[in-house]
Amino acid sequence: MEILGLFNYWVFAALLMIGFYALIARQNLFKKLLGLSIFQSAVFLLYITMAKVEGGTAPIILDPGAAEIFSNPLPQVLILTAIVVGISTTALGLAIVVRIREAYDTIEDDEIRRLDRPS
Amino acid sequence: MTLASQLPALQVIVPLLTAPVAAFLRPRHLAWAAATLASLMAFGIAVQLAITTGDGSVQRYDMGGWPAPYGIELAIDSLGALILLIITGASTLALIAGRGAIDAEMEEHRQPLFYAAWLMVVAGLSGIAITGDAFNVFVFMEISSLATYILIAGGTDRRSLTAVFKYLVMGTIGATFYLIGVGLIYMMTGTLNFADMEARIGDVGHIAPVHLAAAFIIVGLALKAAMFPLHVWLPNAYAYAPNAVTAFIAACSTKVAILVLLRFDFFVFMGNIADHATQFALFVGPLAVLGILFGSGVAIFESNLKRMLGYSSVAQLGYILLGASFVDRAGLMAGILHMFNHALAKGALFLGIVALGYRLTRFDRSDLQGIARRMPWTMTAFTIAAFSLIGVPGTAGFISKWYLVTAAFAQGTLGIALVAVIIASSLMAVIYLWRVLEPAWFGTPSHDTAQAREAPLGVLAIVWIGAALNVWFGLFPAFPVGMAEVAANELMSHLP
Repeated sequence: MEILGLFNYWVFAALLMIGFYALIARQNLFKKLLGLSIFQSAVFLLYITMAKVEGGTAPIILDPGAAEIFSNPLPQVLILTAIVVGISTTALGLAIVVRIREAYDTIEDDEIRRLDRPS
Repeated sequence: MTLASQLPALQVIVPLLTAPVAAFLRPRHLAWAAATLASLMAFGIAVQLAITTGDGSVQRYDMGGWPAPYGIELAIDSLGALILLIITGASTLALIAGRGAIDAEMEEHRQPLFYAAWLMVVAGLSGIAITGDAFNVFVFMEISSLATYILIAGGTDRRSLTAVFKYLVMGTIGATFYLIGVGLIYMMTGTLNFADMEARIGDVGHIAPVHLAAAFIIVGLALKAAMFPLHVWLPNAYAYAPNAVTAFIAACSTKVAILVLLRFDFFVFMGNIADHATQFALFVGPLAVLGILFGSGVAIFESNLKRMLGYSSVAQLGYILLGASFVDRAGLMAGILHMFNHALAKGALFLGIVALGYRLTRFDRSDLQGIARRMPWTMTAFTIAAFSLIGVPGTAGFISKWYLVTAAFAQGTLGIALVAVIIASSLMAVIYLWRVLEPAWFGTPSHDTAQAREAPLGVLAIVWIGAALNVWFGLFPAFPVGMAEVAANELMSHLP
């Protein structure tokens, strides 16, 4: 049960490593950015999971007398900010890839390195 | 509700709100003027904050009136104030010196956007220095990083694009690691405020996630701070960015990451995690020594002047981290002092390159043959800054190296080896700077350099301000030494 109970955290670790692997192993700059995006998404899962309280609902008090369990809203708000940061990073990264393609006519990392090598 | 009590918020708000205005200002010189004015105002605020925090007091400000730890708290101590001075000072000088250079390199319609991004960097870096909230640090870090990528991509060489891509990938990994670490700490303590964290981590039952958080945070910030061996983004990013941008970011951006590293380790972890001080010393110390030797060593064999100074920065960051790794008052004081003095020396050197850039396009050693005969004033200022980087007595660099050597001697037998490393690296600095200064002063002017004239007077004035500061703080170091001492006391007071 212990292992399954931490299911979300295992997925977090797996996603983190999948993204990281794609970032390192791929030569294509676009695929690198995809990897970076997965890498960041893993952290979103971490934050959202930690906020969930078992049996908890959205923290809106409808009936002040009733004893209800609420999930923690703060990490979700935090991760909303991080999602915006992630989107901006990906967008800026893609813009740079477009300009790299204009300048080098390729987006393969090894070819770019070959082109930059002083001949 | 006096203006003075609002200064911490204004430090960020002035550049942050001027940025969108600058983006829409036409003609382009108006955008430059707005950016410079905002930067100058931010510098004025930083001076004011440095005066109020110089006696060891911490200026606190509750954002939006929400009391800490529920709201975001700004907390400026003398360390933060010192970094703010570096950020805003470097920004202002680089903007004034770089106007003509940027005007020549960049299309007209892009310049207002460029200045807007510049102000975002100022806002983001200042934000990191003033905030007392761990998540807020992440947000400001990404604001400044994203804007820095834009500035670097403004370089004319196409290699600036590949350099910035590498920086973007590595910077994002660093920031994400930091985010994971902050998340784990929040999970265990339920707070994001540094002061509150320090108080609450002691009550945590399962300490393992906090250990993991410490690892993630240190590695993430080490990436941002370009600590060896995570420095690979730095040399190319410095080399292919526009000269004015290099003068700005080389002075401050990595130091801000070290500031957060010091805050986290000394405020939050050292007092609460058993043996953290030893672990920190054993992790940072050896890497700092390797960074010093590697950075200086590679710089000797680098022929491009800007890349060479980039590798030299890797070595100089090693000095700062070496000081911090002693985990005592003298070491921290030396490290913090070197943050300030290295910013002065490296800032002045890159300002010199901005001035050279008005007459030259390439900065290989062979391109500088005899340039000092054509631009004697620029090269004299450059040489003074180079002396400061080496640590010649009478310049700022000597002061911090002296404190660092003194702190190292207090470490016992190991300290003597460290002093040997510091001296060896300083000698290597003599070699790599001599390899530039020798052809510049004694070489015969080549076809390119023969055409060069002295840089414009306004630019020359800024370069000389940079060089003069190095001499001033070398002869009268009371101010930075005082600030560093207060900051080191503050950091050490949180240790058990």
